[in-house]
Amino acid sequence: MKNNAEVVIIGGGVIGCATAYYLAKNGTSVIVLEGSDHIGNGGSSRNGGGVRQSGRDPRELPLAMYGIKNLWPTLSEELEVDCEYHQDGNLRLGKTEKHRQILQGLADKASACGLDVRMIDGAEVRRINPYLTEEVTVASWCPTDGHANPLTTTLGFYKMARRMGVRFITEEPVKELRMIKGKVRQVITPNNIYEGEQILVAAGYHSRDILGTVGIDVPMTQSLLEALVTEAEPHMFDQMLGTADADFYGHQSKHGSFVFGGSSGFEGCNKDNGTPITNSITAPAICRGIMKYFPDLADAKIVRTWAGWSDKSADGVPVLGKVEEVPGLVVACAFTGHGFGISPAVGDQLCKLMLTGKTDVDIAPLHYNRFKAKI
Amino acid sequence: MNQVNDRSRDIGPYVAAPDDDMIICRCEEITKGEIRRAVHDGMFTLTEIRRYLRTGMGLCQGQTCSKLVKGIVARELGVSPAELEPVTSRVPMRPLEMRIFAKEAKEGEQDEK
Repeated sequence: MKNNAEVVIIGGGVIGCATAYYLAKNGTSVIVLEGSDHIGNGGSSRNGGGVRQSGRDPRELPLAMYGIKNLWPTLSEELEVDCEYHQDGNLRLGKTEKHRQILQGLADKASACGLDVRMIDGAEVRRINPYLTEEVTVASWCPTDGHANPLTTTLGFYKMARRMGVRFITEEPVKELRMIKGKVRQVITPNNIYEGEQILVAAGYHSRDILGTVGIDVPMTQSLLEALVTEAEPHMFDQMLGTADADFYGHQSKHGSFVFGGSSGFEGCNKDNGTPITNSITAPAICRGIMKYFPDLADAKIVRTWAGWSDKSADGVPVLGKVEEVPGLVVACAFTGHGFGISPAVGDQLCKLMLTGKTDVDIAPLHYNRFKAKI
Repeated sequence: MNQVNDRSRDIGPYVAAPDDDMIICRCEEITKGEIRRAVHDGMFTLTEIRRYLRTGMGLCQGQTCSKLVKGIVARELGVSPAELEPVTSRVPMRPLEMRIFAKEAKEGEQDEK
């Protein structure tokens, strides 16, 4: 089988699969190399499913808005899978004056970028979601936010890309990129060499080591985030939820289960034994956080908890675009936990970037070369 | 290369079978036919099948159906079941109410246990 293609994508997560899908749709030949055993095995399958614009940094907000306007509404039909996309708004909840200030700050920034986010009081919060405790006195409300199913979306992109002839190879970890005649050309794995006209590195935290082999460094760390899911419950609400304090976030899925993520405070220094393992203190902390906002959920049964690594950029937004120093190289990493919601937009825009050199959305603020010393 | 890793490997077309309507995952009501079709959609590992279809994602977390799913996927791929890695089991081992799980520690007292 041929080991060369017009584009070689390193990383079979939602970003790699989405980009492969849009490229294949445009008739480009693509090979996707995934280091683990499974497609979408990193944050792509482990995130909370938010498709949000509120709370986003102004540098990445245009991508989020572009995807929600142009791609998410028709994604299920396009991928022939139920992405379970819901556009029923995002409530970010607060109980104190300090919370109000945090929420107001986020809302002001988003409004300045043209997003419809407004502050609402406790009574209006409970008109939108009657299950919230009386203690909630304030929230920011973005009616165009929502959520989707990360598992079916990621695997839906994979399924359709594969159907159009994209070659996917799993358990194929990339060790090195190699330049030929001044251009990046070869992708080296333990047993094979792949060649592409353009190479996209979208391998989460592993991108750092891979990019390092051609002298490019993206400043990022990783942290282990955790989530849990309940048994199916009768339908209660359709909004995406978060809190000013980031105690927890989540939604009720189409299936009826509640998917909630949260933190214990030790995310930056958790361990891993090969599988991202959950920490015994985290899920109980998430439960305590949820019950303080939704007392009615105290009897909901947790059926599963899980964990996943998030690649965190030094300044909180992704690194996206062409690497001019290394012709042929394109990077999409350090998504900082915001990757899933913008993944269709990222795939669509990277496809345009690679085929035409231009994008519809300005991604210049996400350029790899933006990191400067503080003085 | 491991046979499961090349996702372009030809496993032949999906052929409908008389027992495709049989329910395999009882918690999530997933049929044998859905599992077989998912393999032809490219879901070559048990983890991908579970994420794509929800097999083993319900109340029993696959304690009933995981062996059956493994056999069906292996046969569809034409590999030995031994080649397929089992899925990851996760806490809690039995469904657990939030109010009970929450009592693992009291708020702000994790150091004082």
